[in-house]
Amino acid sequence: MNPGVNDFSIQVATVNGSGSQTSNTVLLRAIFQMGVPVSGKNLFPSNIAGLPTWFTIRVSRHGWVARAARTDVMVVMNPETAEADVAGVGPGGVIVLNDQIQVPPIPDDRVVYAVPMRALIEPITHDVRLRRLVVNMIYVGVLAELLGIAEGEIERALDAQLGHKPKALALNHQAVRAGWEWARDHLDKRDPFRVERMSLTEGKILIDGNNAAALGAMFGGVTVVTWYPITPSSSLIEALIGHLERYRRRPDGRANYAVVQAEDEIAAIGMALGAGWAGARSMTSTSGPGISLMAEFAGYGYYAEIPAVVWDIQRVGPSTGLPTRTSQGDLAFVHQLSHGDTRHPVLLPSSVEECYDFAMRAFDLAERLQTPVFVLSDLDLGMNNWMSDPFPYPERPWDRGKVLTEAELAKLATFERYRDVDGDGIPYRTLPGVRDPKGAYFTRGSGHDEAARYTESPEVYARVMDRLARKFETARALVPAPLVEDDDQAEVGLITFGSNHWALLESRDQLQTEGVRTGYLLLRALPFTEHLGRFLARYRRIYVVEQNRDGQMAALVRLESPADAARVGSIRCYTGLPVDPRHITDEVLREERAAGAGAARPAPPIREGVVR
Amino acid sequence: MSGTAAEGPRNLAGFTKADYEGGKTTLCPGCGHNAITGGIIQAAFEAGLEPHRVAKLSGIGCSSKTPAYFLGHAHGCNAVHGRMPSVATGVHLANRELLLIGVSGDGDTASIGLGQFCHLVRRNVPVVYIIENNGVYGLTKGQFSATADVGSTMKNGRPNALMPIDCCAIAIELGCGFVARSFSGDQKQLRPLLKAAFAHRGTAVLDVVSPCVTFADHEGSTKSYAAVKQSDTPLHEIDFVPYFEDIHVDYAPGTTREVELPDGSHIVLKKLAEDYDPTSRARALMTLEEARTERRLVTGLLYVEPEKPAFDRDLGLVDTPLARLPLEQVRPPRRVLEEIMEGFRTGRGQVAAEGGG
Repeated sequence: MNPGVNDFSIQVATVNGSGSQTSNTVLLRAIFQMGVPVSGKNLFPSNIAGLPTWFTIRVSRHGWVARAARTDVMVVMNPETAEADVAGVGPGGVIVLNDQIQVPPIPDDRVVYAVPMRALIEPITHDVRLRRLVVNMIYVGVLAELLGIAEGEIERALDAQLGHKPKALALNHQAVRAGWEWARDHLDKRDPFRVERMSLTEGKILIDGNNAAALGAMFGGVTVVTWYPITPSSSLIEALIGHLERYRRRPDGRANYAVVQAEDEIAAIGMALGAGWAGARSMTSTSGPGISLMAEFAGYGYYAEIPAVVWDIQRVGPSTGLPTRTSQGDLAFVHQLSHGDTRHPVLLPSSVEECYDFAMRAFDLAERLQTPVFVLSDLDLGMNNWMSDPFPYPERPWDRGKVLTEAELAKLATFERYRDVDGDGIPYRTLPGVRDPKGAYFTRGSGHDEAARYTESPEVYARVMDRLARKFETARALVPAPLVEDDDQAEVGLITFGSNHWALLESRDQLQTEGVRTGYLLLRALPFTEHLGRFLARYRRIYVVEQNRDGQMAALVRLESPADAARVGSIRCYTGLPVDPRHITDEVLREERAAGAGAARPAPPIREGVVR
Repeated sequence: MSGTAAEGPRNLAGFTKADYEGGKTTLCPGCGHNAITGGIIQAAFEAGLEPHRVAKLSGIGCSSKTPAYFLGHAHGCNAVHGRMPSVATGVHLANRELLLIGVSGDGDTASIGLGQFCHLVRRNVPVVYIIENNGVYGLTKGQFSATADVGSTMKNGRPNALMPIDCCAIAIELGCGFVARSFSGDQKQLRPLLKAAFAHRGTAVLDVVSPCVTFADHEGSTKSYAAVKQSDTPLHEIDFVPYFEDIHVDYAPGTTREVELPDGSHIVLKKLAEDYDPTSRARALMTLEEARTERRLVTGLLYVEPEKPAFDRDLGLVDTPLARLPLEQVRPPRRVLEEIMEGFRTGRGQVAAEGGG
């Protein structure tokens, strides 16, 4: 294939609230339908209407789906940002410009297509409000013609988005058609970027991580969902509400689930814990300030040993931070959320499929371990569209953990809620409503002994804390193991977690072509498993890649294995934008040079693509 | 039925009074809260509650310790400060067959927990919500709470300048379907109110003034025994709770009654059943306001609306408690996943939405 075919990125600059999401989704979907790997990232403001927003579409025949900082095709629809948008396009790049927008002179080595957007939209509708929305479909038509996106695929994608609104569908279709026809009749193609059919997306789905998590929760059997609206976690619960209303109501309309929008995040986690205490599969989801508010209850759940699942769709902090930008800055805080000695199991999904899978596993873990389990996603994974194989139906039954039934309780001479009967740190519990009086106990966040009685005894306090530490050791064998790809010839080991995975894949490929072979470990949970120690021992230099300023995961890795700490480096990205693989590659190369690593021996790339 | 071979008569459910008792109190001798605990034990016995069908909840503070002292055969959950309402809501969602008895204090409810209290009431979650109200933070040694009256003094003589929060007025304002006020020293009034609250389907708020013998039983405190006894203006004939006649009452309408208080003093209560209508929110609020200006304490059932739909009905929940649903009822079949996956393959399952923040 020629360079420029199925290997470029588009950036659309519009105004928030102008309906451009539908246009961009149609573009993304149409390319996907042509069998070409594609990813879309929405860089949006914390605002409903009027502020600048950008949408990037990366088309990659290799299957790379991380954010590419470089823009090949820029669509300029926002006068406010036009100057900077145009300046962001390098030599050989394309600028599709709304001809109503004034921009400074553009160098000749950029290809400019000025499109009379207003003239094209005016005949389509007289409604000024509608014009503002539908004008975005003009650039869809123009790009379709310029890039060779089949018109039929655009129509199919448009129908999928708006088929339920026939009037809107017709209007938008007209606008696409107007852009397409105008481009065909008036534009002289002078750039190399094209989409050609492939068959790499066959059978695949495009889905955002929050929707995937919602599906996992539903198929995992969630019954109580409590939440407080906050970006970027709201769409998880809203998707879940949609699925539950459709698939979890009985024919008579009654619900076998409850969703409660709480008054704040404190109440949301309080309800989730109350429900977990009484035996329901409960969850809440939050972001940013919400997770801070949950701290006290998190410690209560840990110490009183109550199951619940808490999703944190990370955004940029501290404080309000950048509410609509992505981050992995909650890691260390969430892992130890609460005052006092506290360590929570934390699951770290790296893909939409893992969002689905871990949503189910988190319930099993929470009920098995009788403790709150946290799932750390992020805005990039949660709110953007990712390609994936369709999710498999769960074959395993659920694990409700050590809950004594009436019959089991009847056989026991005594019951003590916090007695470590099995030696794994996990005691047995009973649920309220159990008839046998010896099953009753009093849960409290204050000091308690094995029989759940109040105590301030120093020995008993330490004993209970030691058992909780033992329970955390048990968790190591239960959490998802990391993904490890060793390279016998590599001196460098790369470690990351979460959505960085996709940038790491590409960066490893880049590093290899520049002579740096790498082993790779994708962490998928805290506590760490035995795999980490083996990996650290195997490589001479380790780099932990993450999206926060302080290298939180690197610090946890060093704490876990102090003997290896000196060999553990840290590569960080904390701009709020998803990591560009090139950033990781450049940082590793710089560190390697500083470390005086041997002469680079360029090698062939690891693989042509990551579409599997 | 019960696991103990306790002495004494059995109630209709087959339990003795001992089945409703709990651990030994660790509160100060003479604390009003202990009297409320005794009232709960007696009322639960008389009402024939099945202990295992009760879940006890509380927040943090002296009052919130008390669920350990009654109904030892029921599960209990002592939550964090001011957040008992959210935990209670979760428990109810998981198992709506449980009768929830929540015990809180004035600090736990009117200060740190005011928001959760209001939202519990607003949702009408079925909880018997007992506020053991002494106007003072006992466990942290005597600071004012938000229910302390203007002019009431701390033990060191410092007066309170701020308006008190009236939890009953707030509850009525928020549409609570059962609002009562009582006094820990008036067991005869408290018990029928508790039994009525047990029978109410929805949030039942009982604000029980309960003198703190250590930090607020001095001259100058408006919630001392002496002060409350002077200002107590009961709304009703004791033992009479309208709309709950099915609960055992032995009262003769149209009489006045002399009441003997624990210290042997007597008060005469007016029968107000004919001129006080507890179904009128406006009347209830006016009564509270009049009492406030007269610096009196009205006790009795202030407001009741038995038919108000409770939270679980609003949610349209199935009859089986959610905690007990088997996997096959909560995991949709394979074809549902396939249908959803097809939607995400074609794009029909996902319609674009603009971001917020």
